Amino acid sequence: MSKEPPITRYTRTAIALHWLVAFGILGAFSLGLYMQDLPISPAKLKLYSYHKWAGVTILLLVLARLAWRATHPPPPLPETLPVWQRRAAQAAHHLLYVLLLAIPVSGWLMSSAKGFQTVWFGVLPLPDLLARDKALGDLLALVHRSLNFSMAALVSVHVIAALKHHFLDRDLVLARMLPLHRKRPGT
Amino acid sequence: MRTSTWLTLLFCLAGGSAGAAELGPVLTDRSKLSFVSRQMGVAVDGEFRRFAATMRFDPAKPEAGRAVIEIDMASVDAGAAETNEEVTGKNWFNVKQFPKANFTSNAVKAMGSNRFEVAGKLTIRDKTRDVVAPFTMTQQGGFTVFEGALTIRRADFGIGQGVWADFDTVANDVQIRFRLVAAGNK
Repeated sequence: MSKEPPITRYTRTAIALHWLVAFGILGAFSLGLYMQDLPISPAKLKLYSYHKWAGVTILLLVLARLAWRATHPPPPLPETLPVWQRRAAQAAHHLLYVLLLAIPVSGWLMSSAKGFQTVWFGVLPLPDLLARDKALGDLLALVHRSLNFSMAALVSVHVIAALKHHFLDRDLVLARMLPLHRKRPGT
Repeated sequence: MRTSTWLTLLFCLAGGSAGAAELGPVLTDRSKLSFVSRQMGVAVDGEFRRFAATMRFDPAKPEAGRAVIEIDMASVDAGAAETNEEVTGKNWFNVKQFPKANFTSNAVKAMGSNRFEVAGKLTIRDKTRDVVAPFTMTQQGGFTVFEGALTIRRADFGIGQGVWADFDTVANDVQIRFRLVAAGNK
């Protein structure tokens, strides 16, 4: 049939960082939802710490991703893709990066405002960028929550779009980000 | 009940030792009684908003100095509403049964320049322990300021029982900081 486009894939590093961040945010998001309604207990204090450690780790991984992306351009989208889809994809990816940075930072700021410093793995203290302020802490909690639900919605669109490319359009958009080299489905 | 009569007695004793220089009353709205606990390795600040302090202190005769501090345990602010509810509860301060904590000095000694050391008995819940706290005395405007800190072990006072008894989430060591401001200069 038609000629296959050349297989262009993300670099191994980009793929590794993408999936580390993906599972990281899935874990931190689920933990965040679960832990907030727990009655206060040692377990709750531990989970909050783990969540904050995960958040800082994700922030660092995202910074690494951005640095990597700046020096390693991603493979181009299929030429068959309509312009509006290209633009939508670009906007969605930019917004995802913004959220990936804004969410851990909002959590960090919220912790500062609530008077609980973030100490990465209990070892490396992050500076408190805000003084303790209850009202500001509550506001930042709302911001953190809203950003998270925005990201959950956007990640859903991201996943649905990737699956649509793979199973309906049968192109290589998803395959180029999969850790194992896959051939085009159906060939 | 028993504690308060005991305290009254001490107040009388403090007031009765004639000759020691008089300081004005401790101004609790300018004073601060705070503590630092460590949760998961992270220092967390808290404070007691209501307490009463009576002091007599003359740096020329530190050994005649006396201090009695009574703390309203329900006035604790440990950083968050749910934390306050927890620490006033049974496993921690148990304020229903033990509404007050108190400190009564029994010796003060000079450590050079404006530094001193007070030894006394600290009672929290139903436990009394001997404690020693270094402090400084400075004149700030029209006030005399006593500032110091001591570290206690919460387990010594039965603070944090049940699920909180081990120290892997909340450390045993808790630092208590005080800044007591009295009207007048010495």
